[in-house]
Amino acid sequence: MPEYEAVIGLEVHVQLKTASKMFTDAPAGFGQPPNSLTNAVVMGLPGTLPVLNQGAIEQAIKFGLIFDSEIPELFQWDRKNYFYPDSPKNYQLTQKDAPVCIGGEVEIELAGASRNLAGEHKVIHLDHAHLEEDVGKLTHFATDSLVDYNRAGTPLLEIVTKPDLHSAEEAVALLQSIRMHLTSAGVSDCDMEKGQMRCDANVSVRPVGQEELNPRAEMKNLNSITGVKNAISYEIRRQARVYEKGGTVAQETRRWDADAGRTTSMRSKEEAHDYRYFPDPDLLPVHFPRHRIEELKAELPENVFDLQRRYESEYGLPYTLTSVICYDHELARYFEAAMVVYDKNPKALANYVANELQRERSQAEGDGYLPMEQVRLSPRNLAGLVRLIDEGKLTKQLAKEVIVDMFQGGDPAEAVMEARGIKPVQQDSGQLEEWCRAAVAGNAVAAQQVRDGNDKAINSFIGPVMKASRGTANPQAVREMLQKIISEG
Amino acid sequence: MQDRPEIDIEKLAVLARIELTGEEKTALSAQVADILGFFQKLQEVDVSGITPMAHPFEAAAPLREDVPADPWAASRSLANAPASRDNQVVVPKVVEDA
Repeated sequence: MPEYEAVIGLEVHVQLKTASKMFTDAPAGFGQPPNSLTNAVVMGLPGTLPVLNQGAIEQAIKFGLIFDSEIPELFQWDRKNYFYPDSPKNYQLTQKDAPVCIGGEVEIELAGASRNLAGEHKVIHLDHAHLEEDVGKLTHFATDSLVDYNRAGTPLLEIVTKPDLHSAEEAVALLQSIRMHLTSAGVSDCDMEKGQMRCDANVSVRPVGQEELNPRAEMKNLNSITGVKNAISYEIRRQARVYEKGGTVAQETRRWDADAGRTTSMRSKEEAHDYRYFPDPDLLPVHFPRHRIEELKAELPENVFDLQRRYESEYGLPYTLTSVICYDHELARYFEAAMVVYDKNPKALANYVANELQRERSQAEGDGYLPMEQVRLSPRNLAGLVRLIDEGKLTKQLAKEVIVDMFQGGDPAEAVMEARGIKPVQQDSGQLEEWCRAAVAGNAVAAQQVRDGNDKAINSFIGPVMKASRGTANPQAVREMLQKIISEG
Repeated sequence: MQDRPEIDIEKLAVLARIELTGEEKTALSAQVADILGFFQKLQEVDVSGITPMAHPFEAAAPLREDVPADPWAASRSLANAPASRDNQVVVPKVVEDA
């Protein structure tokens, strides 16, 4: 029995983040009352003409710059003709022959052996990405269907990969990488639940070692990460089984049925694919100025994986921290802002961002995280807290309580300490010595154990001293003072 | 002149969603074949070394700043719809094509 390998190519649609639509100035948006984001152009009324949205073109070019695509001197527009109620003018404006982005590479990270471990990185090649307009949304009822054109005309970028992927996990990693990079650059919100990112997958299976590709199944509208993963996994197994039984796989479109957990053939008439493309006579080609492309390049944030590698090499941050901070552009911005205020201890800052801040955000929100724009603890104040700890003015122990109030009220650490009656760490060594001597006198057995070489026994004195100081002693100073007193015997 | 191209007038009619009588089919088949014949003639011209043209004019498309204008009220957008419900266009029940 030969071993099989899957060959997968994805078509990923992302809605570009713009204020208005692709070919007209009706507002773009999600969650608005039906047909409230429309105008004559969106409704395809006779006599209307499209006017290109520069913002949408720039977002598409940013995509190309992020993933090293070639941005051609000229790109142009075609009509894709079909009759369906989601498109009132009976064609979709798209780019068939001269797209905005040609080629490109997406770095992906596969899941590691555990959450704490980095996974393997790979490069997935892109064929191209082209701009088009989204279509309206249909809701089906028992005897009729309703159409809402709010989504129609929203700028849509279709990203087409080379058949470079070989597993469901790689496909998922590709989507995650695209999402991380595009949200970081503000190109798209890529929220699959809102339909801002959608995926079609072309899957074929061949015996390992075979050069030529077998017929592929195209799976449409995989609209969640789980859907992508399960549909591709299922389809790979299905096709391998067909070959094992000596059968052949038909080149066809298949629908993923998430409830049943399987794909089924979509019977389609042959002419459904006859779109009769032709150059759109209403739109001139676009010559996008080269200097503007350079400006857009300068606006882009650092590539997510480059940022992660830099944090790891420059700041010595572990993967457990960089995989939280770098993969979430809001946390990365927050961390950067805090570093501007205080850059002496990146690791402690990163820890507070990835752990304490995230814990408080999740506790503040029933399900998920409190949105960053509602977080009252500012990067400046978090940096101030870490500075106080580093300067020995606040213990880590007390900082855990202080940060809770800082998160709640948005006050700086000093204000919270004053309000809570927390005095800065005891700097008076005479007072500290007094507490330490009392503690040592109270536990002669442990003192002898320390003298006998049991270093850990010293810990039994630290608690009492911290208690006597009401948490204001510096644990490191306490430890040193205790060692001195005990060794004096 | 090459042979007249074959025209599948039935398929064209389906793609264009138009209904044709037998008479019309005959007439249109001949006309479309003539049109395609003209293109065959054009294709005899040697265009090697000429960059394909996207548009007859040299001009590039004017771009619009990404600033939204007021949309239409739903009632206005729906005014031409034969039927509407819940501010949406009512269409016959359709099953999504592949």
